Amino acid sequence: MVKPLIIRGGRVIDPHNRVNGPRDVVFKDGRVAEVSEKAPAIEGAAIVDARGCWVLPGLIDLHVHLREPGDEGKETILTGCRAAVAGGFTAVVAMPNTRPINDSPLVTRYVQGRAREAGLCDVFVAGAISKGLKGEEMAEIGELASAGCKCITDDGFPVMNAGLLRRAFLYARAFSLPVMLHEEDLTLSARGVMTEGHRATRLGLMPIPRSAEVSMVARDLAIAEETGARVHFAHLSCEGSVRLVREAKRRGVNATAEATPHHFTLTDAAVEGYDTNAKMNPPLRQMEDVKAIREALADGTIDAIATDHAPHGPLDKEVEFDKAANGVIGLETALPLALELVQQGVLSKERAVELLTIGPARAFGLPGGHLGAGAPANVTVVDPDAKWIIDPMAFFSKSRNTPFHGRSVIGKVSHTIVGGRVVFEGGQIVENG
Amino acid sequence: MSAPRATRNPHLLGIEGLDRSFIEALFELAREHKRAVASGTPRTPLAGRAVANLFFEDSTRTRTSFEIAAKTMGAEVLNWTVAGSSVSKGESLLDTAKNVDAIGPGAIIIRHSSSGAALLVSRYVRCSVINAGDGAHEHPSQALLDAFTLQDRFGTLEGKRVLIAGDILHSRVARSNIYCLRLLGAEVLVSGPPTLIPRDIEMLGCKVAPSFRSAVEMADAVMMLRLQAERQPDQAFPSAREYAAHWGLTGALAQQMKDGAVVLHPGPVNRGVELSPEVADGVRSTILDQVANGVAIRMAILETFAW
Repeated sequence: MVKPLIIRGGRVIDPHNRVNGPRDVVFKDGRVAEVSEKAPAIEGAAIVDARGCWVLPGLIDLHVHLREPGDEGKETILTGCRAAVAGGFTAVVAMPNTRPINDSPLVTRYVQGRAREAGLCDVFVAGAISKGLKGEEMAEIGELASAGCKCITDDGFPVMNAGLLRRAFLYARAFSLPVMLHEEDLTLSARGVMTEGHRATRLGLMPIPRSAEVSMVARDLAIAEETGARVHFAHLSCEGSVRLVREAKRRGVNATAEATPHHFTLTDAAVEGYDTNAKMNPPLRQMEDVKAIREALADGTIDAIATDHAPHGPLDKEVEFDKAANGVIGLETALPLALELVQQGVLSKERAVELLTIGPARAFGLPGGHLGAGAPANVTVVDPDAKWIIDPMAFFSKSRNTPFHGRSVIGKVSHTIVGGRVVFEGGQIVENG
Repeated sequence: MSAPRATRNPHLLGIEGLDRSFIEALFELAREHKRAVASGTPRTPLAGRAVANLFFEDSTRTRTSFEIAAKTMGAEVLNWTVAGSSVSKGESLLDTAKNVDAIGPGAIIIRHSSSGAALLVSRYVRCSVINAGDGAHEHPSQALLDAFTLQDRFGTLEGKRVLIAGDILHSRVARSNIYCLRLLGAEVLVSGPPTLIPRDIEMLGCKVAPSFRSAVEMADAVMMLRLQAERQPDQAFPSAREYAAHWGLTGALAQQMKDGAVVLHPGPVNRGVELSPEVADGVRSTILDQVANGVAIRMAILETFAW
């Protein structure tokens, strides 16, 4: 049994419970016991001194690739969990595009077991929509739900077959599973490797038009509206996409959406010099898209900030741009990049916290995301004034593929607490005893 | 005349970023080499040196042109070809380039199907890198020899109107030529099937001609790009026949060109597709001048960069 823990002297920001002020937080038995202005001492309790810090509900990332099983050279569940808690995340959702693919309860249980052994943060598992992510026939969605999958997705690939997707939308309702969508019409993205625009033209890189994403968002909103499905749009990158989602939500379509730090921070200018760390799918877009994503984060069109943490090694990245793998890692940089939006006046503190906590929790029906009594004892303590420079060599992730190398940021995780246990403190992982 | 020293870096990766005086100095050097070769007394500033041709795509013409240029100046030429080498055994571009670099050439002349390949290699080798075409990005020696040929013909490019026509999307020749011709004072128009005109190409410094035919009639020079069948998996136009009818330079259309206007082609020509045979072989054609000037330009490039 974990002994009681009191976090003293910090500013609790818990948007779900409308708390924003100096509070102590008391954990007992792995749950939130009390949030009050001055908590009484408890015999034998551990104390975390949070003076000068923000005390947030544990951050939740709906979209990570932990690479295990199959690509353990890039990341393992253990190293991915270390990166998560170092970045302040107390829960992550692991995508199914492993080897073997998570389209069966066997793989789901393997991932869950490895996550338990790692013992650092909650790892929720996403199952496949289609067998082998091939987009041809439905995976055993009910079996995946029974094994504990929290959503289904073919992430990495779109479901091009609209008929199959419509059946999956309907079928998943029986298990109350949200369906997460990677939106890309492959006949439009074709051989493209970066967003369409003057930079792709100048660099001689084949373009991906925005319509590859926007047209699929439109298609799937129509199917979702008709079927009443719970849909979640992964990594939206285009102005047109958020406009469609905003309008659909207003009409009552049961949709949620996420945006990544790289899509709300960077434009395709980062590709200059053929930097493969700026190659991802969907690609970095242009300033008007970045502005639209930021507005959508602020106005509630987008519900969650998710990293799409996608580890790759030099074999996949120190190559010709058109041959390089898609993806960047994000777990250890997401929080300060979200705080940049606060510093720039794009988001309020509360909204930024919502997007990293209760927003994602609600989207997938996950526990936590707030600090109400009885909630899981998951907390992220942040020093909001700490200035630091992003250095991939200091990452806990096994991979280094970030486009944010050398960026100066403000705001650093000081403690990560999962289930009432401090798992990250003073820049170090506290491994499971 | 000494070689113009590359001031910013020792590589020739593209025309973008070069300045006019550098290009004019290269042209002067090329003219000097041309005269010396014509008089039977070529200079041999690369005697005792070696350059490496590292070609990942077929290109007899560019490779041979660089080879003749290097040998005329006294250099040894390593031809590292794809077939039969480790490249076909799965060796990475960087491993191959580092191995060639270790042999010790003054320059690697690289041709590769990926945009940015020459830049990538330049970050990992000690010798100079000369880009002989990277994907759809740049082909600087081709643009230099094209501009050199036009300047030879017209005296100056200042105020001249040059039309580049065909598959602009996939063309490194087009991109390098837009930069080079603009630097030398020409106005550049592009034309082709709208499926092959990349978005915002105007931001490179050209205009998109509203009509191919009227642009041909207005131009001082028309550069017809090779229609590369291997780069058309997406069916950008219905058929070669239709392409020829709408974007080909036929004898009849060539007759509508201005007096003294010329036709360029980087070769090899698809006769009857982008260029009809009577135009390719006609009085306006500069195709063989381009090939001859290519050797002189590449001598100037090698003298400048391969040290």
